[in-house]
Order: sequence, then C-alpha cells, then structure tokens
Amino acid sequence: MKLDHATPDEVGLDYLEIRDLTVQFDGFTAVDAVDLTLIQGRVHFLIGPNGAGKTTLVDAVTGLVPATGQARYRNQNLLAMRSHRIVRAGIGRTFQTATVFEQLSVLQNLDIAGGVHRSPFALLRARRGVPSYVADALETVGLADLRDKPAGVLAHGQKQWLEIGMLLVQDAKVMLLDEPVAGMSAEEREETGALLQRIGKERTIVVIEHDMDFVRSFADVVTVLHAGKVLTEGTVAEIQASPEVQEIYLGRIVEGVVEEGADHA
Amino acid sequence: MRTAVRTFGPLVAIAALAVLLLVVAPAVLSPFRLNNLGKYCCWAIAAVGIGLAWGRGGMLVMGQGVFFGIGGYAMAMHLKLEAAGPEGVPDFMMLYGDGTMPVWWEPFRSGAFTLFAIVALPAVAAAILGYAIFKRRVKGAYFAILTQALAVVFATLLIATIQETGGFNGLNQFTFFFGYNLYDPVNKKMVYSIAAALLIGCLVVVWQLYRSRFGELLVATRDAEERVRFLGHDPANVKLAAFVIAAVMASIGGAMFAPIAGIISPSDVDATASIFLIAGVALGGRALLLGPALGALAVGYGRSSLSESFPDQWTYFLGALFIVVILLFPAGLGSAFGRAAALVPLPRRKETTS
Ligand SMILES: Nc1ncnc2c1ncn2[C@@H]1O[C@H](COP(=O)(O)OP(=O)(O)O)[C@@H](O)[C@H]1O
Ligand SMILES: [Mg+2]
Repeated sequence: MKLDHATPDEVGLDYLEIRDLTVQFDGFTAVDAVDLTLIQGRVHFLIGPNGAGKTTLVDAVTGLVPATGQARYRNQNLLAMRSHRIVRAGIGRTFQTATVFEQLSVLQNLDIAGGVHRSPFALLRARRGVPSYVADALETVGLADLRDKPAGVLAHGQKQWLEIGMLLVQDAKVMLLDEPVAGMSAEEREETGALLQRIGKERTIVVIEHDMDFVRSFADVVTVLHAGKVLTEGTVAEIQASPEVQEIYLGRIVEGVVEEGADHA
Repeated sequence: MRTAVRTFGPLVAIAALAVLLLVVAPAVLSPFRLNNLGKYCCWAIAAVGIGLAWGRGGMLVMGQGVFFGIGGYAMAMHLKLEAAGPEGVPDFMMLYGDGTMPVWWEPFRSGAFTLFAIVALPAVAAAILGYAIFKRRVKGAYFAILTQALAVVFATLLIATIQETGGFNGLNQFTFFFGYNLYDPVNKKMVYSIAAALLIGCLVVVWQLYRSRFGELLVATRDAEERVRFLGHDPANVKLAAFVIAAVMASIGGAMFAPIAGIISPSDVDATASIFLIAGVALGGRALLLGPALGALAVGYGRSSLSESFPDQWTYFLGALFIVVILLFPAGLGSAFGRAAALVPLPRRKETTS
C-alpha cells in the first residue's frame, strides 16, 4: 500500500494533509508539530497512550480547538474554517462518547444528518418517505430492523454504528472516528472493522484506538502518537517491530496496562 | 392511520379553536367581552412565537414586549395619522410640542407602508440583534437577561420621548382603522375577527414548522447545540430563524392590540408585559402546539376577571397560580393533560364509556 514515489495527486486520490500542527493549552503543548498525510482508500489508525493528544489532534482538524500549522483538504485550510463549514467540506467525525439524538428515532437521526444536502427552503417541508441515501446508510450499518426505535434505547455499539451511518448520510469523505469500538464486545468489534473496510474504499478513514488486536486486524497504516509528537508511522508489522514503540507504548499494553476509557473528552 | 392522526390531529384541534373564536365567540359574547377576547388573541399571537423560540428553540425570550411594541406603535402611528386626517398632525404633538411632526412619522401615513413595517421592522431588528447574540454564543440566563434588559430600555426610551411617541401615556384615541370607523360595533367585530384569524394563521404556520425538518433541527439544536455543528449547520442560524419568526409574530400581535385596546403605551410593552407573555406560554405548555396560545388566552382572561373582582390583589393571585403550576407541571398544564391521557389506555377508556 506504499505510494513510494508518487504523490497522492499523481495517482488521483483524495487526501488530507497535516503539516506542523500544534495545539497549545495555556503553554502546555498537547499536539506538537505533527505531520500526517491521510490518504483515501486506507484505514488509518491513530494510537498512543492516554493523553497523547489523539483527540486534540482531531479536535484541531474539526475546528473545536485553535491550532497553528496547516491542515489542507482539497485546497482548503481547515484550521481557518468553522466546524460546520469543515463538515460541509466533507470531513465528519464522531466523539468518544456517542452523541446521537436520543429522543429521535434511528431513522430520524440518519435523516437529520442529511441536512447538508438540503436548501433552507427544503427544510421547511415535512419529511416524507425515506430518501435513498438514508435507506442505504441504514442498510450499510445494519440497523434496518431498529429504524423506528428511539436512538436512546440502542446499545452502546449500535449508537456508534448509527453515528457512522450519520457520517455516511452526510457523505463525509474523511471520517475521523474517536475510539468507536471502546466498550464493544469482540463480535461487535469484528463487525465494526468489517464495516470500516467496506466503506473505506472511496473514503479516508481515521480511527483512534487502543486495542492492539483490533489494530492488527483492520489497520492499513498506523501512526503512533506520544506526548503530542508522532513517534513513528508504518504498517502494523513495522510498528510492532519498532523498539521505541515497544518501549513507550506496546510495552505497557503487553503488561496489560490498557486504559479503561478513563480519558479526557 | 396512526401517522395520519399524528399529522392532522393537531390541524383538527386548530380548526376547533378557529370555530370557537370566529363563529361561537362573536355569536355569544357581548361587544365588551368580545373586545377583551380580542386583546387576549393578540397576546396569544405573541405567545405562539414564544412557544417556537422558547419551547422548541430553548431561547428564553424575556423581552418580546419590544417586538410587540414595534408592531403596536407602528400601527398606532398610522391610526393616529389617519385620525388626524391628510396633512394633519397627531393631537399630542400639539399638546406636548410645537406641533411639528418628526420626519420618521411621515411614511406611516401610508397604510401599505405600515403593514410592511409591522413585518419588516421586527424582522430586521431581530435579525441584527439575534446575529450579534447567537454568533457570540450568548445563551441561557445571559440571553434571558439581555432580552429582558432590552424591554426595560425600550420602555424607558418611549417614556422619555413624549413629543415623538406620547411618552408615558402612549398613543390612543384612534377613530379609524384603514377607513373603518372604530366606534361602529360592526367594525369592532371585524377587527376582532382579523386578530382571531391571525392567531389561527400563526398556529398553522408553527404547525407546519414543527412537522418540518426545520422543526426537527430546531429541537436538535435546543437539546445538543454542539452536535448540530457536526451535522454541518451553524446553530446560530437555526436559532436566528426561530427568533426572527417569533419577533414578527409578537409584532403582529402588537399591531392588532392597538386598535382593539384603543391604546398602546409603555406599560403594554415593558419588562412586566413581557413576563406576562411568557407566563401564558409557561402555563399552557411551551413546547406544545396549542399550549402557548391557550395559556395566553387563559392568563388574559384571568387578568381581566381577577382585576374586576379584586382590583388590588389580582396580581398576587395570578403570581400564586403561576408558581403552583410551575412547581407541579414544569412543562405546563397542557403537558399534564397529555400525561393524564397517556395514563388511560385506549381500550379501557372504551370500557368505561360503554
Ligand atoms: N481543553 C483542554 N484544556 C487543557 N488541556 C487539555 C484540553 N484538552 C486536552 N487537554 C490535555 O491535552 C492532552 C491530550 O489530551 P487528548 O487529546 O484528550 O489525549 P488522547 O485523546 O490521546 O487520550 C492531555 O494531557 C489533556 O489533559
Ligand atoms: Mg481521547
């Protein structure tokens, strides 16, 4: 999967390019001069210990925290844009804690995510029937049986799938998923991984994850973040072979010191 | 079948209210009572807008008196000029000033301009104000205090400008309403019917808004503003739309209030008046379709009848009622009926009636 000499442009692929991205909180550098190129058609994993700056990196790219440096997508500088514009540019994200609209049904949650495709005037009409892109997303994430249930009653894993479905309805070309499989059972993880591979062909998918089994099974590219810096980047095999990674990150996992999701949002 | 009931049931309820207000009330009420009901309808029109902004949008609009006043004064200025006749100057300007009229009064000689202003002025004012407020992400208590302060400023300004706006006395003694003599009971009835019809119209507008995708988005914005950003919407714009519509409705209510009450004065538009508008909405159920309108009608009626029987203590009664309702039914009386209905399963209700 390496693009040795060709740039993504030359092979006609979509990509998100991050250069020298830095986020500071009151003098504390949470993300430190990160360079990252995220290319269409691959499932990228962003791993690293708790507090490494993974969530903050995604926050910076989606307009939630101010940052310096560059984040370019289709010739737009994301760092200068407001969150809803970034979404309209085709970049979607999920949050560590699922944030679906609990009162609305599964179908309504998916439908409301289609607002980006509608004119203000069209918003004044009532919903009639199910738009095809909503029906497709419902099938893809496997929630068709639950379409009329309120999202609040869904299991944790189903909420994460619903959020991914909402990104599909939004037609997000870049999906930034913050710990989507945390708290899922082994089967749910399998299904999620398969889902990501299925929808990842024409998209750029970035997954933040701790679980090394999951990373091993589904990652095309892995970037290891530590104390705000990129420690190393490569395939799963390369990452696992890296002595630094073993020392700082994987070593801790081997010892069983995996964070239990006690994380900053 | 069930979805048809859910969609069109509310329309049936609105139609029933329309029959009550437009057919039954004019037939059974004395001209005096009917005129009073007309006033309540005007408050109810403003209340429907508050239901949209506050009930569905989560914006506690505590200064709707300002927009009520914009419409009310715009209409009253026209009626004063109509009473003064062509080239005439409103009486109070001779009384308190030198008899020259400020230039900004001049366009209100035109009925068409006045009608346009009643819609456009509050829309523009609310758009500018709302843009400044929502883009700065002012919300919650700060928003409520800010809008309330505006009502205070507005009333103070009116009182201070006696030569231009009639000051504390406001504008009164209207003789004509777009050519119709207001001393003729038939014409009074017509003005009442216009107010009632406008109330029904506003209810139909919010009915459509609530069932539209905009309505869903507004509730989503109320409940999870930050999440809505990541659906690609600027929550400020969603709220702004609801705020502007609410302002226009308040203005329409105020515009009809002037000819029906025969007066518009700072006490009709100040902070207290704004709270009265809110009270009806809270009482009836802010998030319900008919709750705000019915609540405002009830508060208006309670206000009149209590003030007739207890001229000195009636505000205490109303205050106490308000406190009791809010403590027992935070979502309004309407929600209590809804809850009671939900407690009775449909089949069993059949049993008890048969
Ligand atoms: N809003 C904030 N203000 C101050 N510090 C923050 C803020 N958000 C995150 N941090 C700090 O930045 C570091 C990176 O956090 P985060 O990106 O959440 O880590 P990760 O997602 O990799 O676990 C942590 O040390 C955290 O305490
Ligand atoms: Mg995190």
